[in-house]
Amino acid sequence: MSVDTVSLTGWGRTAPTTAVRFRPRTYEEAAAVVRGRGPRGAIARGLGRAPGDAAQNAGGSVLDMTGLDRVRALDEGAGTVRCDAGVSLERLLRILLPRGWFLPVAPGTGRITVGGAIASDVHGRDHPGAGSLARHVDALELLTADGEVRTVTPGTALFDATTGGLGLTGVILAATLRLKRVATPLISVSTERATDLDDLLARFTAVGDRPGGPQSYASAWIDLLARGRATGRGVLTQGEHAPLSVLPAHARRTMRAPRTAEYGRRDPWPALPALPGGLLGRTSAALLNEIRYRGAPRSRTGELRTAAAFFHPLDALPDANRLHGRAGLVRYRFTVGYGQEEALHRVVRRISARRCPASGATLQRFGAPSPGWLSFPAPGWTLALDLPAALPGLARFLDGLDAEVAAAGGRVCLAQDSRTRPETAAAMYPRLGEFRELRAELDPTDAFRSDLARRLGL
Amino acid sequence: MKDAFGAPQSLLVLGGTSEIALATARRLIALRTRRVWLAGRPSPALEAAAVELRDRGADVRTVAFDALDSAAHEEVLGKVFAEGDIDVVLMAFGIAGDQARDEEEPAAAVRVAQTNYTGAVSAGLVCAGALQAQGHGSLVVLSSVAGERARRADFIYGSSKAGLDAFAQGLGDALQGTGVQVMVVRPGAVRTRGAAGQPEQPLTTTPEEVAGAIVTGLRRRSETVWVPGSLRVVMSALRHVPRPLYRRLPV
Ligand SMILES: Cc1cc2nc3c(=O)[nH]c(=O)nc-3n(C[C@H](O)[C@H](O)[C@H](O)COP(=O)(O)OP(=O)(O)OC[C@H]3O[C@@H](n4cnc5c(N)ncnc54)[C@H](O)[C@@H]3O)c2cc1C
Ligand SMILES: NC(=O)c1ccc[n+]([C@@H]2O[C@H](COP(=O)([O-])OP(=O)(O)OC[C@H]3O[C@@H](n4cnc5c(N)ncnc54)[C@H](OP(=O)(O)O)[C@@H]3O)[C@@H](O)[C@H]2O)c1
Repeated sequence: MSVDTVSLTGWGRTAPTTAVRFRPRTYEEAAAVVRGRGPRGAIARGLGRAPGDAAQNAGGSVLDMTGLDRVRALDEGAGTVRCDAGVSLERLLRILLPRGWFLPVAPGTGRITVGGAIASDVHGRDHPGAGSLARHVDALELLTADGEVRTVTPGTALFDATTGGLGLTGVILAATLRLKRVATPLISVSTERATDLDDLLARFTAVGDRPGGPQSYASAWIDLLARGRATGRGVLTQGEHAPLSVLPAHARRTMRAPRTAEYGRRDPWPALPALPGGLLGRTSAALLNEIRYRGAPRSRTGELRTAAAFFHPLDALPDANRLHGRAGLVRYRFTVGYGQEEALHRVVRRISARRCPASGATLQRFGAPSPGWLSFPAPGWTLALDLPAALPGLARFLDGLDAEVAAAGGRVCLAQDSRTRPETAAAMYPRLGEFRELRAELDPTDAFRSDLARRLGL
Repeated sequence: MKDAFGAPQSLLVLGGTSEIALATARRLIALRTRRVWLAGRPSPALEAAAVELRDRGADVRTVAFDALDSAAHEEVLGKVFAEGDIDVVLMAFGIAGDQARDEEEPAAAVRVAQTNYTGAVSAGLVCAGALQAQGHGSLVVLSSVAGERARRADFIYGSSKAGLDAFAQGLGDALQGTGVQVMVVRPGAVRTRGAAGQPEQPLTTTPEEVAGAIVTGLRRRSETVWVPGSLRVVMSALRHVPRPLYRRLPV
């Protein structure tokens, strides 16, 4: 097991802190680290894709889980896969897709670990139909503060505290996930343009009301620099796993994708969406948005894309997070319930009135909430955007958005947070009290601690 | 913990009645700061400062701290850190001395040197050790332009700040990679209550302006902050002026 002292940040590269990093290669090594932890405790870390400080532990131990990366068993009869927590979703997809299986939930990047995905109970663009990842976990192996490994199954308090629990109940060593059958590795995509926010929400709702709508992958890019009548205009993209009939006959028999459609092959489609607002002046960012908006088809259906190009276009860019400069980036992700569209309007208007060079602004819909106590999704709309942390006055501006979101009964995403107030987080997550009680009982010495937990008093 | 914008939740001020420090504390409380320690020589002014900050919603505690009593620093500051993480330590104590008198009375001059330099070396090392153990935090050191190049008018004070400044820079280098940031702040003349009535120098600033620059420096994780910012250029020019000429300059 390698051990070093390193300065760590999340994906946003803000608030660096130093910890001793251990890289266990077996469950026993991981248990030894937890048992031998110092006074400042330990926390698990996956691929460090959480934008904020969730996977940091200043002055303590950090378990880098990427060394635990074995795929233990693929049970095609039951449609499940059992693997170590350090396996990345990208790698799983490479194994699963050629065999006609798909991840139960596909978040916006494949470069995250199974452990990190469970600990933040990730959601995909099909949340209204699929729910978040916790719904598809059959069992997980959890290393707790006493150094013991427990098998945790759905329907228990420990399961609901651990899924979305940000690593604070223990270290997930392995998990069994229920998979989804797909006929082909391709996605059939339709795209439509919306002239303003109301139009966009209406189109979203129409997609959701169609048969199979909740199961489809729907998300929209919003042009947050558009003003006046165009405020909140955007491009709605919706995808479904393509049926077998789209493949040439020889490929159908083998269930194999044409080589060009394997996971990981890139579309020639330019990665415009990822260009960072932070580097551009507002005028050029606005111009770029204009091009992106005009460049999108008014309405197009049935275009075929590879899974990688559809789900993880950002992964094609090396280190997109470095493009926001030394101060790093802040992700703001929140949700407000159905019926609170006015609040969503107000937030969008505030962002566009301030001319924030936001990048990657995406709107999605959520369905039924997860049982996870600290899970983020709740029925409603969710908007995420990245902002350069160096923008003057951004801290107060985001506090203002927090107030707007809280007043509408909404919440910000803890796994992606790097700046909210402890009081705000407590008000947004009513089950935090239960979470703290369970932790106090299971882990009385506070063995599992992160910078996020210290900052928000979780 | 500090947030993504470098705003701390807990603050320790050494020199708890310093005007610059209190202006900074007010700004930080308006952002994220909830716990404040005011360390200083016990006085009604220290308690009054605590009351004022409490009214702004912070949980404020005072602790007896004398820069000249370096033998006690380890214990006094150790107790503060034992109560919980400190995100930012603001080293603000210092005395300007009285140049004319200090030249006459070496003992008085030594007091300036011991407060501003030796006291800061001792307290700075103790705090640096504690911050290193917690793996994060900033040590903000109030130096002065007076330390950049000695002036006839205040070289006793200036030399003590020169020593402090060099110490803080070196400490910052030593702490690279430990998660601890050392930020050296070099204000020009600051319009504080004590300075009222004195002839105004060019590029004079205010405690509020210094406080603003400190908050920005924390956000940017700067190593050196000049207030006002234009002093950076002015001083880099002055540093190279030949001595016979420098002596005659009205600076
Ligand atoms: C470009 C991009 C797009 C994204 N899109 C989405 C999206 O669509 N939907 C969504 O929900 N999220 C999304 N995210 C957020 C991301 O999925 C989560 O932050 C995820 O937790 C990151 O996983 P990781 O392996 O990098 O974990 P890290 O960032 O290393 O850790 C995240 C959290 O998980 C905990 N953790 C990690 N491994 C373990 C383990 N083995 N046991 C216990 N706890 C553990 C850590 O303690 C920490 O609290 C996106 C992030 C990026 C950068
Ligand atoms: N004001 C300026 O023009 C200026 C310019 C450049 C740099 N600076 C530096 O910035 C810092 C703060 O300045 P300021 O104007 O805010 O200062 P200030 O208001 O005069 O406060 C100085 C502080 O130092 C404390 N102090 C003095 N001797 C001490 C000792 N032996 N032990 C503990 N505390 C002691 C004082 O405490 P008591 O209340 O107990 O006296 C007071 O809290 C100082 O280091 C100063 O040198 C100031």
